[in-house]
Amino acid sequence: MYMKKIILDSLGKSQHRGLNFRDMLYNNEARAFFFQIVTFVLVVGLFYTAIGNLFQNIDERGINTGFTFLKNRAGFDILPFLGNYVVDYTPESSNFSVFYVGLVNTLVVAFVGIILSTLIGLLIGIARLSNNYLVAKLAGGYIELFRNVPILLQILFWYNLFINLFPHPKQSFAFFDIMFLNQRGLYLPKPIPEDGFMLAAISLLLGIIASYFVKKYYKKKHELTGIHTSTWPFSIALILGLPIIVFLILGSPLQFDIAVLGKFNLRGGMNVVPEFLALTFALSVYTATYIAEAIRSGIEAVDKGQKEAAAAIGLTPTQSLKLIILPQALRVAIPPTINQYLNLTKNSSLATAIGYPELMSAFGGTVLNQVGQAVEILAMAMLVYLVISLFISLLLNYVNNKMAIQGR
Amino acid sequence: MPVFDQQETRKPPISQIGAVLWLKTNLFSSWINSILTFASLYLLYIMIPPLLNWMIFDASFSFGTINFFGFEIKFSEEMATNDNCGRVGACWPYIYEKLYMYTYGFYPRTETWRPNTVFALTGLLFVIVPLIKNYKYKNRVTLSLIILYPLISYVLIAGGFGLLTPVDTDQWGGLLLTLIIASVGIIVSFPIGVLLALGRQSNLKVIKLFSTLFIEFIRAVPLITILFMASFVLPLFLESGNYFDKLLRALIGIALFQAAYFAEVVRGGLQAIPRGQYEAADAIGLSYFQKNVLIILPQALKISIPNIVGSSISLFKDTTLVLIIGLFDMLAMVNLTSNDPYWLGRETEGFVFVTMVMWAILYTMSRYSRKLELRFNTENKN
Repeated sequence: MYMKKIILDSLGKSQHRGLNFRDMLYNNEARAFFFQIVTFVLVVGLFYTAIGNLFQNIDERGINTGFTFLKNRAGFDILPFLGNYVVDYTPESSNFSVFYVGLVNTLVVAFVGIILSTLIGLLIGIARLSNNYLVAKLAGGYIELFRNVPILLQILFWYNLFINLFPHPKQSFAFFDIMFLNQRGLYLPKPIPEDGFMLAAISLLLGIIASYFVKKYYKKKHELTGIHTSTWPFSIALILGLPIIVFLILGSPLQFDIAVLGKFNLRGGMNVVPEFLALTFALSVYTATYIAEAIRSGIEAVDKGQKEAAAAIGLTPTQSLKLIILPQALRVAIPPTINQYLNLTKNSSLATAIGYPELMSAFGGTVLNQVGQAVEILAMAMLVYLVISLFISLLLNYVNNKMAIQGR
Repeated sequence: MPVFDQQETRKPPISQIGAVLWLKTNLFSSWINSILTFASLYLLYIMIPPLLNWMIFDASFSFGTINFFGFEIKFSEEMATNDNCGRVGACWPYIYEKLYMYTYGFYPRTETWRPNTVFALTGLLFVIVPLIKNYKYKNRVTLSLIILYPLISYVLIAGGFGLLTPVDTDQWGGLLLTLIIASVGIIVSFPIGVLLALGRQSNLKVIKLFSTLFIEFIRAVPLITILFMASFVLPLFLESGNYFDKLLRALIGIALFQAAYFAEVVRGGLQAIPRGQYEAADAIGLSYFQKNVLIILPQALKISIPNIVGSSISLFKDTTLVLIIGLFDMLAMVNLTSNDPYWLGRETEGFVFVTMVMWAILYTMSRYSRKLELRFNTENKN
C-alpha cells in the first residue's frame, strides 16, 4: 500500500509541468545537457586560456608568427639524398623547400620500408609455421629478439655498426664492379633516361591497365560459361613483354652512370647514404616481426576443416591455397599489417636521432631551431602525419569492406 | 610336447624411435626440408661463433672495478684503458666504468643509496603483491601501497623536505630515469585512458566528440611530435613566468600519448561486454557511476588486462625517445658516453649492453603478458 502511494505521488509530480528543480535533477536529458555544456565550457575555456597565453608569451619573447618564414632562405646544408635531387635543394633555397625535402625523404623511407618489411614479414611468418623444427625456431627467435628491443635503440645500433663496420671508400666492397658499399653508403648505378624512355614507361602503365581488363573479361566469361582460362600468360606478355619490346625498338634509351673509384672517394653513381640504410634496415626488421605475427595468426585462423573440405571437393593443393586458404587468411592478416605500415611511417620520424633528413629531422629539427616558430612548424609536421594516417585508415576501411564476408 | 618358447619382443627399427625419428620428422621429412635445415645450420654457423668470440672468448673482462648497485667488485688494481683491452673482442671494463652512468645518470655518487633503496623497494613490491592476495586486509594494504610507494620513492629520489639533499631532475638519468618515466607514464595515463574510453562510448555527443578527436589525433601522430610539442610549445601555453621542469614536460607528453592508447585498449574491453550487462545495471536502477564502477569496468578491465600489459610494453619501448628532447635515459647515456675521447671506438659495447638490458626487461614483460592472456582466456578451445 505504501509503495503504491509513492508511485502515485511520483506520477503526480512528473505530470506537473512547471519548472521543478527536483525533476530537473533527476531528468536524464536535462543531466546530459548539463554535463555536455560543462564539458564544452571547460574544454573551450582551456583552449581559450592556452591560446591567450600563447599570444602573450610570443609577444613577450619576440617570436615571429605566421607562415612568412617559409619563404625565407634556409641557409643550411642537407645530407644529399633523394629529397635534395627532387627539389634541387641548395642552402639558398627557402624553408618551404626544406619541408618538401623532408616530406619526400619521409615518403621514400616509408615506401622502401613497407616493401622490405612485408617481404621479411612474409618470409618469417611462413617460416614460423614450417614443419621444419629448426626453421620454425629460428623464425621464432628472430621475432622474440627484434620485437623486444626499442626501435630507436635498433636504429642507433645499426647506424653505429654500419659506420664502424663498413670499410673506407678505398677498400669498398664491390659487387660485380657496379655496386659499392663503404662508410659513405651504398653506391648504385644511376639510371639516366634518354629521349623516348617515357614511352617505355607509358607502355608499362598501359600494359598493367590492359592486363586488368583482360583478367576482368575472362573472369566474367568464367562466371557466365564456367570455362576457366588462365590469364597469367596474357599478364606477363602485357606487363613485361610490351615495355621491353617498346624499349628495344626505341634502341634502349636508358644509360647507367656507374660509380668509379677516384683518389679518395667514389665518384658518380647514386649514393644511398648510410643513415638511410640504417634507418630503413632497422624499421623493416622491427616492423617485420609484427607483420610476421599477423601473417602467422592469419594462417592459423583458417579452420583445418576448410582445407579438408577443399580436398574433398577435389581441388588441387594449389587451387585450395589460392581459392580457399589465402582469401580467409588474408582477411585476418591484412588489417593489422596495414596498421603496421602506419606505425612504420610514424617511426620513421626517429631518424632525428641519426640525422637522416626526413620531415621531423630537417624541418621539425633544424628549421625549428633556426626559426623558433615551434607552433607553426610542429602544426605543419603533425598535419602531414595526420594526412598520412587518414589516408592509411581510408585504405584500411576500403580493404575491410572489400574483404568482409558477404552475407546473402 | 611342444613348449611355447616365449621370445623377447623385438625392438622397433632404429628409424622409428627416439632421436632418429625426431630428426627424420622434424628436420629431414623431405628434400626441401633437408635443404632448409642445412641452410639454417649454415646461417647459425656464420652468426653465432663470431658473436660468441667477440662477446666472450676474445673479450677482456678483468680490469678495473665494477660498481654494481652499490657493491664494489674489484678485478684488478690496473685501470682499464682503451689499449690494454685490445681490438679483437669486446671491452667489458668499459661497461664497468660507465655502469654507474648507465644506472643513475648524473646522480651524485654520495647519494647512491637512495635510488638503490627505491630499486630494492620495487623488487620488494613484486614479493609483497602476490603475498597480499589471500590476506584479510588486502584492500587496505593495496591502497596504502598505491599511495605510499610512489610517495616514498619520490621523496627518496628527489630529496628536499629538509630531510635529504635535494637532487635536481636534470641529474636523474640512466635506467633510473627510464623506470621513472615508464612507471609514471603508466600510472598517470591509465585513469585518463579509462575516462577517455568511457567518454568515447558515452551517449553524450559533445563528450564523445572531444574524446574521439583527442584519441584519434594522438594516435595519428608520432610520439616525437608530441614530445616536441610538450617541450617547445607547452611552456608557451602557460602563463608566463611559470617554470616548468623539462622532465615534467616530457612526462605530460608521454602520459597524454599513452592515455589515448590505453583508451583504445579499454574501449575494446567495453565493447566486448554484452549489452545485457548494461541493461541489467540500468534495470536495477544503478546510476551511471555505479553502473560503470560496479558492473562494467571490472569486467571490461579484466578482459583488457593482456592488452593493457601489451600497451605498457610499447610505452616502455617508447621511453627511449626522450633522448631526442635531451633527457638522459639509459640509451641516451650510452649514446653520450660513446663520445668519451678516452674510450674512442667503444660504442658497440655500450649498445650491446643496453640492448641486453632492455631485451631482458621487455622479454620478461611480454612473457608475463602472454601468461596473463592464457589465464584470462576462459573461452573454450578444442
